[in-house]
Amino acid sequence: MEKFIAHTGRAIPLRRSNVDTDQIIPAVYLKRVTKSGFEDGLFSAWRSDPEFVLNKSEYQGATILVAGPDFGTGSSREHAVWALQNYGFKVVLSSRFADIFRGNSQKAGLLTVLIPQVVIEEIWQEIESDPKLAITVDLESKTIRYGSAIHTFEIDDYTRWRLMEGLDDIGLTLKKIDQVSAFEAKRAAFKPQTLPIRA
Amino acid sequence: MGTTLAEKIWADHIVSSAANEPDLLYIDLHLIHEVTSPQAFDGLRLAGRPVRRPDLTIATEDHNVPTQNINLPIADPVSKLQVDTLRANCKEFGVRIHSLGDAEQGIVHVVGPQLGITQPGMTIVCGDSHTSTHGAFGALAFGIGTSEVEHVLATQTLPLIRPKTMAINVEGTLKAGVTSKDIILAIIAKIGTGGGQGYVLEYRGSAIRALSMEGRMTVCNMSIEAGARAGLIAPDETTFTYVKDKPHAPTGADWDSALTYWKTLQSDSDAVFDKEITINADELEPFVTWGTNPGQGLPLNSNIPNPADIADVEERGAAERALTYMGLTAGTPLKSVSVDTVFLGSCTNGRIEDLRAAADILKGKKIADSVRLLVVPGSARVRLQAESEGLDKIFLDAGGEWRNAGCSMCLGMNPDQLKPQERAASTSNRNFEGRQGKGGRTHLVSPLVAAATAIRGTLSSPADL
Repeated sequence: MEKFIAHTGRAIPLRRSNVDTDQIIPAVYLKRVTKSGFEDGLFSAWRSDPEFVLNKSEYQGATILVAGPDFGTGSSREHAVWALQNYGFKVVLSSRFADIFRGNSQKAGLLTVLIPQVVIEEIWQEIESDPKLAITVDLESKTIRYGSAIHTFEIDDYTRWRLMEGLDDIGLTLKKIDQVSAFEAKRAAFKPQTLPIRA
Repeated sequence: MGTTLAEKIWADHIVSSAANEPDLLYIDLHLIHEVTSPQAFDGLRLAGRPVRRPDLTIATEDHNVPTQNINLPIADPVSKLQVDTLRANCKEFGVRIHSLGDAEQGIVHVVGPQLGITQPGMTIVCGDSHTSTHGAFGALAFGIGTSEVEHVLATQTLPLIRPKTMAINVEGTLKAGVTSKDIILAIIAKIGTGGGQGYVLEYRGSAIRALSMEGRMTVCNMSIEAGARAGLIAPDETTFTYVKDKPHAPTGADWDSALTYWKTLQSDSDAVFDKEITINADELEPFVTWGTNPGQGLPLNSNIPNPADIADVEERGAAERALTYMGLTAGTPLKSVSVDTVFLGSCTNGRIEDLRAAADILKGKKIADSVRLLVVPGSARVRLQAESEGLDKIFLDAGGEWRNAGCSMCLGMNPDQLKPQERAASTSNRNFEGRQGKGGRTHLVSPLVAAATAIRGTLSSPADL
């Protein structure tokens, strides 16, 4: 996973709440067996509307998605995270994320930042009046900065450390594999196994 | 102070725990399907890692598979590639798989319980958000993404931050015609699609205790629609009776040890939940969604709400957008809404009891000429059982279609989809825009409401017949 220290880019306002992962990427796009090429499916139903914010010329090249509350609800598909990344997004800001989506984004290296809705509203207004506004999302100092504004955000230390180091969870867990073996040695005998097959 | 059921199961699975780190939890069962696993197996191959515990892993084909002509190769080449990839991965890594045509194939959350590999006190994961279904057995079960699928394949563990706990007390007695589906739709309407974020829900109370295992699975299934990754119900005699004698249930002395342990799996009387809510089951009515998220639901006797009456700005905007998408007018009675399609199936309501309940309403009747009724059993085993009871004949005689098992129109990854502007009464779990086909409109309902709606052609309960 790529290290994430800080990112500066332009932002795009997505003024909608409850954006579920079926909207981020509809099921028909989930048939691929790779992690790339999902950008064409990103918000595909909404993108057929020329007025949809992603289609507006002033927001082309934006890398920060500023979303309404309850972003990423519904299906556990990590394809939603890949689609956002494949399209070019590095950061999503929202006042509330669905748990599974947030977990997936932290595993895949897409930074999801929780900030209050009043701040989201302020950023929406700023970027709508100046789509070229450069916004910095700094994981090291846990701040969002643009113009003279500075907003701080919270993120748990462990996730922050993993993202900043670009660490892979599996590698970290394999360092504790002896503890996993020790746990397995004590598991109850009545716990079910899928093999051998019983009919 | 006592502990809650979720906390007990959590504590029993901690492999390692340290300050300022997630706990490393052991995973007792990993369920796999074709959509969220290929990239995870690729990751293992790239790193040269094996599947650590193939004997705690099981795969089935469900999301993509056709429900007609299953003896023929899958027509959609992209779907076919994904299913073929799952088969090849399972073969390479030694994972048990139930493929199309096998008697144990079906929706992953129907297959686990019917094989008896879903048991109380387990940790169960799957790359599918409706894994919460298995919580009905008093298991801690939740959906994961593909990175986590790879992590579990490689290590049989997951690093997780301990969730908060919420008690949902459902007290009282359901009226005739009111089901577990109505309970969960009412809960979601009450707490909202984000109400459960960060929590494990524990469903409690006399109305929950009175439910069958299948009814409990319906409730737990839709925990994710309230924003909670997991929902569970303490195991009791209903649970033990259901599990006993299933193919992978413990036997002999193992059964006795298991039962002794399972009986400890309850929240202590002095346990404190981070949040607690209560629902009066006596007052519940058949419920239906009118909008495009599962929290936008009302009793069937209601009128479609007027967004102008909603105080919250975000919610008002969402309601306006939803009515436009759904092609509905504020103030119209829900019962006047006509549908083109009725879908009976899914991991929410595709089990034998659901089919029996719908068949009971449809027996000797005909569905409306304007309606297409799709009956899709949750598993091949459910289909066989239904056929042995003659339920297939009831659906066919009523004018419905009797299909093979799979996720089908719940998410429209296979050919079973709504066309733009088509409207469905669906026993599934999500009424998101385009969920059942691009431009399609979904009303979530119980199997009883689905059956009555198929007969009348408009959203209806059995009492309307």
